[in-house]
Amino acid sequence: MSLLQVRNLVVEFPGRRGTLRALDDLSFEIAPGEILGVVGESGAGKSLTGAAIIGLLEPPGRIAGGEILLEGQRIDQLGHEAMRHIRGRKIGAIFQDPLTSLNPLYTVGHQLVETIQAHLPVNASEARARAISLLRDTGISAPEQRIDHYPHQFSGGMRQRVVIALALAAEPKLIVADEPTTALDVSIQAQIIALLKKVCQQHGAAVMLITHDMGVIAETCDRVAVLYAGRIAEIGPVHEVINQPAHPYTAGLMAAIPDMTQDRERLNQIDGAMPRLNAIPKGCAYNPRCPQTFERCRNERPDLMPAGATRAACWLHAPSGARSAA
Amino acid sequence: MSAAPERKPPLVQARDLAMSFDVSPPWLNRMLERKPRQYLAAVDGVSFEIEKGKTLALVGESGCGKSTVARLLVGLYQPTRGDLQFDGLDAHAIFRTPEGLKLRSRIQMIFQDPYASLNPRWFVEDIVGEPLIEHGLITDKAELEARVGELLQSVGLSPLDMVKYPHQFSGGQRQRISIARALATEPEFLVCDEPTSALDVSVQAQVLNIMKDLQRTRELTYLFISHNLAVVRHVSDQVGVMYLGRLVELADKHTLFDSPRHPYTRMLIDAIPKMHDTGRARTPVQGEVPNPLNPPSGCTFHPRCPHANARCKAERPELLTLGGVKIACHAVQEARI
Repeated sequence: MSLLQVRNLVVEFPGRRGTLRALDDLSFEIAPGEILGVVGESGAGKSLTGAAIIGLLEPPGRIAGGEILLEGQRIDQLGHEAMRHIRGRKIGAIFQDPLTSLNPLYTVGHQLVETIQAHLPVNASEARARAISLLRDTGISAPEQRIDHYPHQFSGGMRQRVVIALALAAEPKLIVADEPTTALDVSIQAQIIALLKKVCQQHGAAVMLITHDMGVIAETCDRVAVLYAGRIAEIGPVHEVINQPAHPYTAGLMAAIPDMTQDRERLNQIDGAMPRLNAIPKGCAYNPRCPQTFERCRNERPDLMPAGATRAACWLHAPSGARSAA
Repeated sequence: MSAAPERKPPLVQARDLAMSFDVSPPWLNRMLERKPRQYLAAVDGVSFEIEKGKTLALVGESGCGKSTVARLLVGLYQPTRGDLQFDGLDAHAIFRTPEGLKLRSRIQMIFQDPYASLNPRWFVEDIVGEPLIEHGLITDKAELEARVGELLQSVGLSPLDMVKYPHQFSGGQRQRISIARALATEPEFLVCDEPTSALDVSVQAQVLNIMKDLQRTRELTYLFISHNLAVVRHVSDQVGVMYLGRLVELADKHTLFDSPRHPYTRMLIDAIPKMHDTGRARTPVQGEVPNPLNPPSGCTFHPRCPHANARCKAERPELLTLGGVKIACHAVQEARI
């Protein structure tokens, strides 16, 4: 059974000029121990998906439809208190900026012990021993001393390690990591990604890795979901999505990334920009930018359909009968 | 690379440029705590040349002094040591004279964040036209409008866009407005400080393509600053790698990426996630950039370097030319690696 199931998730922002639909009919699953990458450009709804799962949607944003199941239990309708017990215990979270996820007024040890004791039935000294071993797992040297330091005494990369330790504190089954390396330098990024992958394997946690960096996805994930304008454009095993993208958007995105192995005079560019939420085109949301648009794309919205080894929301992959019927 | 007999002198020549900032605590604290003044050497003796129509890229991690070099080159800072020769002129001496304005119009800059660098209360026409008025190039209203329209067209926008405000544009379009503004005075040299790092990949490709097209048609010279090595590899001719305020390697793009010599360069290149090599485990780099207020002795990279020995800890390596590549590393110079 899959660990997390998201079915037909809809997130809306009611506003004075009408309701904006930021996530539209999103469905995916995460298996235990799996790393699912969620990639897309800014405004595609990556972070919102993560926020909806951990129950931290900023009002007025709300889940307007669909359901989220963790180990078969619905968690999208839980109240504030019940959700607090899930968060941390069953789902850990890592955010982009480690400085804002740590409280500057408490030592990292205090914060770790607090989290551990909030979720696990241990006494203070057991919790402290556990905190030290978590810090050691995340590659912090001399954790016995470092545990009594304040966040400002750590460098950026070290802080993100503390945040990872904090997310793992109560042995959650799922970790939602929202751009965990974006605020870090390239050389530190590689360390953190390798660490995240390693400790999650050790602790048996599945990861939902939200990022805009295809390179990070390629290296870390088992499967990847490509988001465009609040919908999944393509989802499948990472190797297939990157090497044989089925959706024209994925293909365009891959070709737009400068390549380290070959020289090109011009990069492949996708003209235009992602539509705003209040102006999502009819039919396929990508159709005005797509080089392969045909009549059906302008009128009918495609759902995910099998396309080779992946699944893509694109009429190019419709069974031929359906295509001629349009 | 064979030296051509009648080689043109480089358009831009930085000689031992250095910039240090006074980061001392206030006077009273210094007196009470008996501490001396404290200086941060953001850039510590950087020399390079850029030929006309070419691109030099500077790469490095945050805090290595890339942006300070950019600001030195456009005259936003006065260097504490060294000088900048622009087209044979001592730029920093001229910046202080009335002639400086004319020189400044030949050197322009593009900043990182197009959301912060455009005045939200101004029309695009005013933003792009300001340098023209400021430098007294155009005074006539109709002529100004025509020129701004041309500039917008050259970066793929429409002349009709000039009566809009910046907030009506997407990130990529705003960065194109910044480029149009930088091009207004017909500069020869553009300093681009992380011009695409605030943009999404598909939009980044649009901006990089425009920059390359403009370089070809106008023979522009670029200094391109980025921490993204794949982007650098795409745009540059030469690449300089900086670490804690100094150049550690300076080489032709292909030489640098195909056979990096300095251990830091190798480390940076190895840190790039490889796109088509899914699931490959890398050996991540150890350690982090040290505090620039208290840099390590000798070669500043030695605490992170796998090849460091006693000499590296004691003696600072000079940037020497070795087989067409400029490199500051004892291990490479002694042929240990």
